[in-house]
Amino acid sequence: MSMTASTHDMMLEQARWRWSESLFWILSVLVLFVFPSKALLFSQIAIMGLFALSLDLILGYGGIVSLGHAAFFGVGAYAAGLMAKHGLGDPLLGLAVAACVAACIGWLTSFLLLRGSDLTRLMVTLGIALMLFELANRMASITGGADGLQGMMVGPVLGLFSFDLFGKTAYLYSLAVLFVLFLLSRKIVHSTFGLSLRAVKGNILRAGAIGISASSRLVAIYTLSAAIAGIAGALSAQTTQLVSLDVLDFHRSADVMLVLVIGGVGWLYGGIIGAIMFTLMQDWLAGITPQYWEFWIGLVLVCLVLVGHDRIKTGFQSITARVSGKGGAA
Amino acid sequence: MSIALATHELVKNFGGLRATDHVSLTIHTGARHALIGPNGAGKTTLINLLTGVLTPSQGTIMLEGTNITRLSQHARVQRGLVRTFQINQLFADMSPLQSLCLAVSERHQQGRDWWHVAGSNKSFVDEAEDILTRFGLSDVMMQQTRFLPYGKQRLLEIALAIACKPRVLLLDEPAAGVPEEERHEIIDILADLPKDVTVVLIEHDMDLVFSFADRISVLVNGALLTEGGVDEIARDPQVRAVYLGESGHE
Repeated sequence: MSMTASTHDMMLEQARWRWSESLFWILSVLVLFVFPSKALLFSQIAIMGLFALSLDLILGYGGIVSLGHAAFFGVGAYAAGLMAKHGLGDPLLGLAVAACVAACIGWLTSFLLLRGSDLTRLMVTLGIALMLFELANRMASITGGADGLQGMMVGPVLGLFSFDLFGKTAYLYSLAVLFVLFLLSRKIVHSTFGLSLRAVKGNILRAGAIGISASSRLVAIYTLSAAIAGIAGALSAQTTQLVSLDVLDFHRSADVMLVLVIGGVGWLYGGIIGAIMFTLMQDWLAGITPQYWEFWIGLVLVCLVLVGHDRIKTGFQSITARVSGKGGAA
Repeated sequence: MSIALATHELVKNFGGLRATDHVSLTIHTGARHALIGPNGAGKTTLINLLTGVLTPSQGTIMLEGTNITRLSQHARVQRGLVRTFQINQLFADMSPLQSLCLAVSERHQQGRDWWHVAGSNKSFVDEAEDILTRFGLSDVMMQQTRFLPYGKQRLLEIALAIACKPRVLLLDEPAAGVPEEERHEIIDILADLPKDVTVVLIEHDMDLVFSFADRISVLVNGALLTEGGVDEIARDPQVRAVYLGESGHE
């Protein structure tokens, strides 16, 4: 019997919350008090991290490659922006509506991704994002077109915390939303549903042969991912009080893919760590060499892909293991 | 005797090629039915039609009296029609325990559970562990599947099907590629399958067929050549000519 109990425990072990995770989130709050002047940058990181997290759900866990994830980010940004413009400035209501609108578009388009190769999926996702971009451009009377959405009035968070010029509220608000959605995603990837996604990604033929309806699982995760990307877009709109066509631009889809590759695919912290590295690097390099910073980002990317994440990750794990005095951390 | 699985005039065309040619099969409940035929006879196409990987061009498939011709692959599995693959189709990044837990959870319709940690239902883990022990895989059940030796992977291939609690089990060359000295493990497992489970064995290895099956259907060029008891087939001059007389087992 004791043997069985330990097997059961071993299954649960992988989902256990680690001390290094607590440390990570505590640090993410503390950093605001150490560098209060960087709050706006941090909030940008949190939003990018959330956006990358949403991409990881479909790419790292569902195996769906996308070059058009900005579609959902942009739709969420416009949804929240339009609400704030038309007198519905409550931030959480804005997030909820943005999530619903993005989820609807995600659900509708997910069916186009069920068949076909990675290349097909890349092109379909890219195509959808391009169409939405042009729609937003064309419908200038609603979206403000190339000039961007003017006149957003975002209310205080929970009616209590107004957005300040320095971005303190913006960061804590974005971080809180990121944390909640991170916990939700963590729950999902460690659940039986999450395991079934890994099975679908790993071997779709066998997944079907053990009774998994691969299509319905992929539709579900794609819809959820779209909703989270929509929330990230809404956060961006609310914290910057600005929505322009840029939210739907191709470079945003490419950036989030970069972020995820930098941080590590199929690992929920990957998107967040990638966002930290990408945004800080961008900020730093843009200060040194405003015109050519992308060169250095490109160089880092090439190095990372060639060296491989596993080596970096194993190094990181062995350090945390040594610090905690026992094996298997993070 | 009741009928577990039956096909009626099943046809599959790939462009101009007829891979399955009006196959009408009847397999009785609890049977040990072997499907043999030379390479290219359409055995794998037939299994793909039966399990829903391919859609037939014509004809019907009945599982325990229900027409399943239009059902999806996973819906057939949920009704108890389960297969293994000639070439291992496993979840390389998952452990055998995770793979089996997942299969058991899916069977209990719990695969969509996104709230509880996978493996939090102890009875599922126990059941998975039970099957792994029966298959001699308990010592490797926490390892990543991709690192298991081939023979163990071959056993896992069957264990994964068993976790789906099949009523009809289609085994596609279960001993393919397994070295001679490890074959007995597979043969023992097959012999121990519950008697009420109907087994259809697609096999190249005639020793295995003759020791395991009680009934044999011979497939040639996509069509059913003949069907009968083991002795009958062994004596059949037609079968000897097209199949047994052929150069070898591969």
